[in-house]
Amino acid sequence: MSSRPRVVVTGLGATTPLGGDVPSTWAALLAGKSGVRTLDEPWTEASTVKFAARVAVEPSEVMERVEMRRLDRSEQFALIAAREAWKDAGSPEIQKERLGVVVASGIGGVITMLDQYDILREKGPRSVSPHTVPMLMPNGPAANVGLELQAKAGVHTPVSACASGAEAIGYAMEMIRTGRADVVVTGGVEAAIHPLPIAGFASMKALSTRNDAPEKASRPYDLDRDGFVLGEGGGVIVLETLENALKRGAKIYAEIVGQGLTSDGYHIAAPDPDGAGVSRAVKFALEDSGVKLSEVVHLNAHATSTPAGDIAEANALAAALGADIDHVAVSATKSMTGHLLGGAGAIETIFCVLALHHRMAPPTINIDNLDPQVKIDVVRDKPRPLPAGPIVALNDSFGFGGHNVVLVFRSYEA
Amino acid sequence: MALTQEAVLAGIKEIVVEVAGIDASKVEMSKSFSDDLEVDSLSMVEVVVAAEEKFNVKIPDEEVTKMATVGDAVNFIVSASK
Repeated sequence: MSSRPRVVVTGLGATTPLGGDVPSTWAALLAGKSGVRTLDEPWTEASTVKFAARVAVEPSEVMERVEMRRLDRSEQFALIAAREAWKDAGSPEIQKERLGVVVASGIGGVITMLDQYDILREKGPRSVSPHTVPMLMPNGPAANVGLELQAKAGVHTPVSACASGAEAIGYAMEMIRTGRADVVVTGGVEAAIHPLPIAGFASMKALSTRNDAPEKASRPYDLDRDGFVLGEGGGVIVLETLENALKRGAKIYAEIVGQGLTSDGYHIAAPDPDGAGVSRAVKFALEDSGVKLSEVVHLNAHATSTPAGDIAEANALAAALGADIDHVAVSATKSMTGHLLGGAGAIETIFCVLALHHRMAPPTINIDNLDPQVKIDVVRDKPRPLPAGPIVALNDSFGFGGHNVVLVFRSYEA
Repeated sequence: MALTQEAVLAGIKEIVVEVAGIDASKVEMSKSFSDDLEVDSLSMVEVVVAAEEKFNVKIPDEEVTKMATVGDAVNFIVSASK
C-alpha cells in the first residue's frame, strides 16, 4: 500500500447544460440554475418526452466546422472538455509514453449511427460516410483525446452505462497507481438527445414526463419525482502523481484516494431495493482509500430523480454511513444538470473536487416536499459551506446492468 | 454532356473546401490530395462520393487509387463525362 503513488487532480474541463466550461458550470450550479429546457425539434411532437438538458454552448461556437464534421457529438464534447482540462493543468510537458487517456461514454456515437442509417435508407450504401465507424465507436471520444495529446501509455474506455464516467476515473487512478502512467486525462461524455434513445428510455418509464414544467422535472428526493431528465455533455479531468505535480509546481485541486466497485447481480435495469451492492461499494472505497467515515463531509449522489432509484440509494447510503450520516452533506446535482449518462460520473467528480477545493457543497433544487423515506442530509436550495481542515468527499455512480462505483476524494493541503 | 476542365476543377475546389477546410486557392491541378490538401484516405472517399453526385459520373474504386493529384481526378471526370 505504502508504495502506491499518491494521485492528485490538477486540471478540470467540462461542457454541460449549465455552461460551456467549468467556471460557468460551477457558478450556475451554486446559483441553483436548471439546465433543462423544452426541445424545439419537430420530432418532439410525437414524443412522450419533449424536453432535455442540452449543452449550454453548442460545439459549433468553439470548434472549427471541418473538425466537427469528422467527430460524433460525443467526441466533440470530449475534445472540448479535454482541451480545457489540459490547459487548466498547465499543459504538462510529459513523455508521451507516460501519458494515458481514459474517457468513457455510456452509449457511444448513437446519433452518428442513427443519422447514417437514415442516409443508408434514403441514398444507399455508397453515400454512408467513411467516418461513420470512427464516429460511432464508443471508444471514439477517448481515441480522439488520445490522438490530440499523442498519449501512448494506453487509451481506454470502460462502458458501464451511467457509471461509465466514474469507472473511467477510477481506472485512470489505477493506471497511475500501478505505474503504467504518470499523467492520465480522464472523464466521460454523452450525446444521446435524439428521438430513439428518448423513446427507449421513455418506454422503460425511466424518464420524467413533466412536459409543462421542464425545469422542475429533475427533482431527486422530492415526493413527486417521476423519472430522470436526459442531459448531454461531459467532463474531463487531469490526474497525475503527486510527485509529478509538485515537481512542475502544478495547481492541485484535490487528491483522489480510492474507489470501490461492485455489481448487484439483481436486475438489468432496476436497482436492488436493499442497496447492498452500493453499501459494499462504499465500504470497499473507504478501505481502498484508508479514509475513516468520520472524515467524510460531502457526497455527490447518483440521485437521478427516479422513484425507485433515489430511495434505494438513500437507504444504501444510510446503511453504509451509519451514525456518521449526520455530518455528510449530500448534493443531488442532477436536479440542475439532468442526467448525462456516461458523462454523469465525470461532471459529478468535478463538482466533488470543486466542493472540496472551495469548501462548498452545491445545492439540490426542486425539492418541494422531501420524500419522508429519505434519511440522508440533503443540501437543499442553497449551497452549504464545508468545514475547514482535511475533509473527504464521495461520488457514487450506478449504471443499468447493476454497476456500482464509488470514488473518494480528499482535500489537498500543501 | 462533356464537362470542361475548368468546370470540374471549380467543382472539386468546392468539395475539397467542404471536406478538408482548405483555402480554395490552394486547390490546383498539380496538388496532391494527401500531401498538400489534408485529404486522408477516409476523406478521399467523401471527395469521390461528392464528385460522383456533383458531376453525375461513376468513379470506380480502382480509379480512385490512381488519383494522387487534383489533376488526376479532374482529368478522369472530364473524360468520364464524354
